[in-house]
Amino acid sequence: MEDSTPLKQKIQHQELGETGRPWEEMVTASQDPEPALSEASESEQGPETGPQPRSSPPGILQSGASTPVDDLVGPGVSSPPSPSQEPSSTPSPLAPAVQDLMAPWQSDKTTSVISEAGTPHFDHLELSSDNGESTPHQTCQSEGNTFHQSQQTKCHLYGPRDVSYNNSKRKELRFDIFQEEDSNSNYDLDQPESGASEVAPSMLEIAIQNAKAYLLKSSSKSGLNLYDHLSEMLTKVLDKRPENAVDIIENVSQDVKMEHFSIKLDTLQNENEMLPAYEIAEKQKALFLQGNLEGADQEMEDEIAEHSLPNVMESAFYFEQAGVGLGTDETYRIFLALKQLTDTHPIQKCRFWGKILGLEMNYIVAEVEFREGEDEEEVEEEDEPEERDNGDNEANEDELPRSFYKAPQSIPKEESRTGANKYVYFVCNEPGRPWVKLPGVTPAQIVIARKIKKFFTGRLDTPIVSYPPFPGNESNYLRAQIARISAGTQVSPLGFYHFGEEEGEEEEETEGRRDSFEENPDFEGIQVIDLVESLSNWVHHVQHILPQGRCNWFNPIQKSEEEEEEEEEEREEPDYIEQEVGPPLLTPISEDLEIQNIPPWTTRLSSNLIPQYAIAVLRSNLWTGAYAFSNGKKFENFYIGWGHKYSPDSYTPPVPPPVYQEYPSGPEITEMDDPSVEEEQAFRAAQEAAVNSTEENEETEEDEDEEDDYD
Amino acid sequence: MDEESLLLSLELASGSGQGLSPDRRASLLTSLMLVKRDYRFDRVLFWGRILGLVADYYIAQGLSEDQLAPRKTLYRWRRRPGWLRPQDDTEEPGASEGQEGVGASLNCMEWSLLPPATEEMEMQTSVVKGRFMGDPSHAYEHTELQKVNEGEKVFEEEVVVQIKEETRLVSIIDQIDKAVAVIPRGALFKTPFGPIRVNRTFEGLSSSEAKKLSSYFHFREPVELKNKTLLEKADLDPSLDFMDSLEHDIPKGSWSIQMERGNTLVVLRSLLWPGLTFYHAPRTKNYGYIYVGTGEKNIDLPFML
Repeated sequence: MEDSTPLKQKIQHQELGETGRPWEEMVTASQDPEPALSEASESEQGPETGPQPRSSPPGILQSGASTPVDDLVGPGVSSPPSPSQEPSSTPSPLAPAVQDLMAPWQSDKTTSVISEAGTPHFDHLELSSDNGESTPHQTCQSEGNTFHQSQQTKCHLYGPRDVSYNNSKRKELRFDIFQEEDSNSNYDLDQPESGASEVAPSMLEIAIQNAKAYLLKSSSKSGLNLYDHLSEMLTKVLDKRPENAVDIIENVSQDVKMEHFSIKLDTLQNENEMLPAYEIAEKQKALFLQGNLEGADQEMEDEIAEHSLPNVMESAFYFEQAGVGLGTDETYRIFLALKQLTDTHPIQKCRFWGKILGLEMNYIVAEVEFREGEDEEEVEEEDEPEERDNGDNEANEDELPRSFYKAPQSIPKEESRTGANKYVYFVCNEPGRPWVKLPGVTPAQIVIARKIKKFFTGRLDTPIVSYPPFPGNESNYLRAQIARISAGTQVSPLGFYHFGEEEGEEEEETEGRRDSFEENPDFEGIQVIDLVESLSNWVHHVQHILPQGRCNWFNPIQKSEEEEEEEEEEREEPDYIEQEVGPPLLTPISEDLEIQNIPPWTTRLSSNLIPQYAIAVLRSNLWTGAYAFSNGKKFENFYIGWGHKYSPDSYTPPVPPPVYQEYPSGPEITEMDDPSVEEEQAFRAAQEAAVNSTEENEETEEDEDEEDDYD
Repeated sequence: MDEESLLLSLELASGSGQGLSPDRRASLLTSLMLVKRDYRFDRVLFWGRILGLVADYYIAQGLSEDQLAPRKTLYRWRRRPGWLRPQDDTEEPGASEGQEGVGASLNCMEWSLLPPATEEMEMQTSVVKGRFMGDPSHAYEHTELQKVNEGEKVFEEEVVVQIKEETRLVSIIDQIDKAVAVIPRGALFKTPFGPIRVNRTFEGLSSSEAKKLSSYFHFREPVELKNKTLLEKADLDPSLDFMDSLEHDIPKGSWSIQMERGNTLVVLRSLLWPGLTFYHAPRTKNYGYIYVGTGEKNIDLPFML
């Protein structure tokens, strides 16, 4: 029964919605063809449930018990235990009616009654109805919406139902209604007349109560009921006392309805507010838990791990003395995130490079060197040098003229582990988020990064819209800036690094350069005071990036010489490009260029009050935000800032290149002024003179010939 | 940032990277307390730090009861060892208590008062470019062509104008304050008689409000407010909305608003004056701003966005 009740309820509601009248007629039918329906209903319910109310359908409508009403409405409102479970003592008036309603769906007889339109059904009923009862039905039918009638017991019952089911599509039945009605009226179909006579005196009361009961019926769609809604509306109108209230009453009604919804939304919003905070806390909690996960394995790897993981907290402590830092908690989380990075990747050396601020999110950058041979291979896109023929090779005359433009040969990027790509960089937005590896940097990117100045947004895939157009998106731009900053500001105390074992040849070839350095085991440290006083005690330990965009000079002519031997005549580039030279590795920073009379570095002691334990702090004026500290023996570099170079002048975007010449100018194509009349005449005169002279010569020659001939 | 909550504020503003070293912090705490007593300020704010080439300036501001009255600015800077002690630049604090002040100090504990900024100063210093030296008595030289009338002839002489760094400091601080000092909506309220008071019932912005630029105001006399249409003004609450909001700043996008630590801290960074950080923890009373930078405006902003 319970399984089928919802279905039946649905069907009931649907049917009620569609066919208000048929329902009413159904009810009437329930009365009239009592035996038939009761039989049908009983037969229906037989298979459905066990005990069936044996009371006849008229008994349905018997008053006297309020509980039956509950059961009656049960299937409509909530699925109560089957009305059939109620002992036959109090068969719910409506329940069987409902069952009757449901019954028709299943029985052939009465389905037609329900599903079809009212009138034929009604006719059917009429035929089968008793005469005595047909009239009340008719009266009920005709005055469906009126409450006051004699012998209205049934009509009272039907009336409100009439209205309700006629007007609303889906309405749940409230047992209150029937409770009231039942308590007031006797729905004894067998004795309609007697019931009516008892109710008549309090007809008005009944009418009022019925009306109120009807108004209190709650809508199945929204859970509101008309009574409450009207009272709220009127309260609102009376509070606000608007002008022309009658004209805006519909709007008031809508507003009141909408208020019901807004309250619900508020609670939802409140729940969402704290979510991002919880998310990030969860992610960071994962960081803290990671250490506990690995047990015995860690001991083995500890040695290596110690080697690769930097002591971020110690560096942070020193930087804090200098007034630079991210706060202890944040630094610790970054420390853990770095640990996670080293655990998941085969990393030889790792360093916390710094933090680059962005518009929407920031970047935390880690500088990493992979273990030898365990480099993760990147998908390299080779830029094919674009060389276009000059158009003279083909003998096809119909060919369109080809452009002479020759794109400058793209300079290949440096191999990983050398030059600008010596280290691999990982970034993440916040500690706890996954680390993303930045691609290697190409010389073209560095060259263009020097010409543009853009803020970082915080999302790696943002396109960079600029002129000159940057080849890549934000991750490439970020990598290029990191490369530039590293090349410009990574310094160490003099002597900390020294070159490796010198090779036999000390001659510096054009492409040979001392690339490698290693820690000097004999480094004894420099006095902090010395570090502060003189800049020559600090050296760059990252290679300078040439204007070409690489650290090691690449001669683009070399390769092209082999390929273009045939086209030497057409070549427009100079035959010899001067090699770009930059300061060699381990140059002291005192050699750095000044920026318009501003020294490139600022040094100070971290503390004036206690100089014996102070550390030397170096601050770059060229890249605002680059710091370095040293306490004599230890040193570290750090960057925190927006990622741009400092320039006292404002940034000026480069101008576009001049328009390329369409064709080479030559005497054949160059326009010349037409000669004026005088010039033409002069020219003709000159020509005639020349002709005359030749004629004369010819004549003389002819004369001479003639003379000769004569001889 | 308020001197009373200095430590917490520094921790919250640390996302930008520039903070204070422990010895600086300790000395600030004590000295600001003394400043508050000596100058009889109602509130002392640690404004920030201007990085110079040789030395840095530490700037503090004192406020009186009326929060929007002109503030007194004090500064101090560290002498580098081996330098000659420059002249004392202390000036007498303004007599009236209704004034705020900006102060600076020469050695670690002493603060000097800066004169209030005037328009003339601003015009003068607009020609000076480049970094601060770090020495308040340093003079920038600027050659100007000035017309000199000698009788009937009009000369154009090149005159070398000297501008003291202190003047430049004053005008830069004033510019930064006018441009990018931020306060959240509801932190101050306007009493019917005019003075502006701290709102003791300010419980912080809600998380959704904190993400919008419109909930933050410029901490200065309103400029744009009177240009608003009556319709917009009707929605404003006169006791709370009496300052310009940030959302109409030009160029649009000159503020970077970020949520750090999940939702628990909102950080605004100005892109026009890089180095200014404003932080606020929603639903709490903690907010403040600090400027740590070179003291130069970022004129390239339109190119960079």
